[in-house]
Amino acid sequence: MNKITFPLVGNYRTPIIYLFKHILECEIVEPPPITKKTIELGNANSPEFVCTPFKYTLGTYIEALEKGANIVVQFGGGCRYGYYFELQEQILKDLGYEFKYVNFVTKGVTNLKEIYLKLKEINPKLKVDKLIYYSFITFKMLKYMDRCDDYIRQNIGFEEKKELENINKEMLNKFLNVKGYLDLRRTYKKYYKKLKKVKINKPKNCLKIGIIGELYTVMEPFANYYLERELASYNIEIKRFTNAHYLLIEKRKKGLKYLKSAKKYIKYKMGADSHDNIGRCKYLCKKKYDGIIHIKSSFCTPEIGSMAIINKICKEYDIPVIFFSFDANTSEVGIKTRLEAFYDMIEMRKKNEKLLSRH
Amino acid sequence: MAKIKIGIPRSLFYYYYKDIWKYFFDEFNIELIISPPTNKTIMENGIKFSIDEMCVSMKNYIGHVYYLLDKCDYILIPRISNYGNDNQTCTNFLATYDIINNIFDTKILNYNINLENNETEEKGLIKIVTDFGYSKEYAKKAYKNAIKKVKQKNDKLIKDNIKKLDSEKTKILLIGHPYNLYDNLIGKEIIKYIELNDTEIIYSDLFHKDITNTLSKKLSYSLYFKYNKENIGSIPLVEDKIDGIIFISTFPCSPDSLVNELMFRKLKKPYLNLIIDDLNSMTGIETRIESFIDIIKGGVINE
Repeated sequence: MNKITFPLVGNYRTPIIYLFKHILECEIVEPPPITKKTIELGNANSPEFVCTPFKYTLGTYIEALEKGANIVVQFGGGCRYGYYFELQEQILKDLGYEFKYVNFVTKGVTNLKEIYLKLKEINPKLKVDKLIYYSFITFKMLKYMDRCDDYIRQNIGFEEKKELENINKEMLNKFLNVKGYLDLRRTYKKYYKKLKKVKINKPKNCLKIGIIGELYTVMEPFANYYLERELASYNIEIKRFTNAHYLLIEKRKKGLKYLKSAKKYIKYKMGADSHDNIGRCKYLCKKKYDGIIHIKSSFCTPEIGSMAIINKICKEYDIPVIFFSFDANTSEVGIKTRLEAFYDMIEMRKKNEKLLSRH
Repeated sequence: MAKIKIGIPRSLFYYYYKDIWKYFFDEFNIELIISPPTNKTIMENGIKFSIDEMCVSMKNYIGHVYYLLDKCDYILIPRISNYGNDNQTCTNFLATYDIINNIFDTKILNYNINLENNETEEKGLIKIVTDFGYSKEYAKKAYKNAIKKVKQKNDKLIKDNIKKLDSEKTKILLIGHPYNLYDNLIGKEIIKYIELNDTEIIYSDLFHKDITNTLSKKLSYSLYFKYNKENIGSIPLVEDKIDGIIFISTFPCSPDSLVNELMFRKLKKPYLNLIIDDLNSMTGIETRIESFIDIIKGGVINE
């Protein structure tokens, strides 16, 4: 019996489970939520200076394999993420697990035919029309999820009662059991209305912060120590760009747009998302955000390169920027202290601005 | 007409392309100014102008660029993206040009190698000299000649390297990127010390690149970093003839962190892994090299 498992990123377990359930007809071993134990497991078995997504996904795999999974899925990427799977496979085999490893994206190239063949290996009865239909629904689901997420992010710091997150959770649970596209759309519309009805007390001149950085750390709240939740507690509006829908669909076009918009600073793509982040940084500066937070996992080479340039842009536009680097051993207290200081600074700047404009 | 002075930092790209640059630009009224072998001042300046988390080799490069700033008209910084999808490079090679362009205010000559997009070295170099007013035909001829000369030189180096395999001494395969191995501060001292211990060093980069590139498939079926492929491809080529392997990489090298770890898990030969950071002390490294060589020599006697 095939038992499949997958790496965790943010809330995206819902669409993945939905898709696998409908096209693979095999048991799905849902990986347990990421905890301290997951990181410790990953950290103990990883090479010394690999970036943290490697450690997180490895830890997740070990926990899921312990639960009885025998097929492991990975999605490669543009930087060294694309090479993760071979080493992870070797490490897990050295640990004594027996399983099949399926990698859907190799060398940063998404080859649809190859993906289909790989899926067919797991489920020989898979038909193309079924795959296309359910992939379509999954992509729509991602889009709806990300739309709700964006709305929540802008408003969660200002809600009167804590409701937004609960509604979102309820919606995701409903998404898991939708019967077809129309049902999905109906559910989404119902809950989006509900989200909009939640009372929001947002001052016109609130603090606005943009979060940019390496995609895994940005999207997985455990990997960034719930940075967004922390910011919301300071009553800050948050703008974040990276989400699954962006990476899968919009990146191809928008990536070039970002590159063009920042052509004063960069000429070439710099690997993974780093040139996107430079474009976003310029966008945030132009829109006069109060501050920019750049987060990444330690040793993320493309983002380290972009930091030098982001520094320069922010200096030119006079926008405060802070860099966080997250690792398995990062101390949460240290990050909170730095964040608090950053918050105090941008708040003071805002007040001074107001005073100046009055005179 | 005064000679145009092009500065070349003696780091990263230099160790891959020094010959082609030398032979090519020699054909024109162009003077190449190469920064001196890395010294403490260069490294310290590199650290000063770089981001803390950059790898040591990148910091080193920035130091070399800083040295050249007031000594030449242009600095030559290529961007190496890929030699086909199966032969990509570290993301630092993609970003160096833009990083330097933002850190320093200087004139840069740049070309891009991206074979997926049909941008080759030949086109890039020819574009540079035609922009200086030379004719395209002359530049094409110069490039052809340069390639021929580079091939002759490389063939000789490779022959010498292979000859070493018949040596009676203890043979060690040294694996690392050339910009680390041959750098004055990073690799040279280590190489000197290994040689002191009465050993023969075989270099991973001095083999025919296309052979090592294909052979790397034996050890890692999905590897797509060109330079790492060429490094580890030397292992299956000479494995039966050597006594041990020493890996040298800088902290925190992105592709090495994964590739070398995979090698350690697959290798049957004794190996030593040396990671160089910017606060490096030779003493610790010397001790480790010495005991490693003792171990492999001891192994030979017991057999």
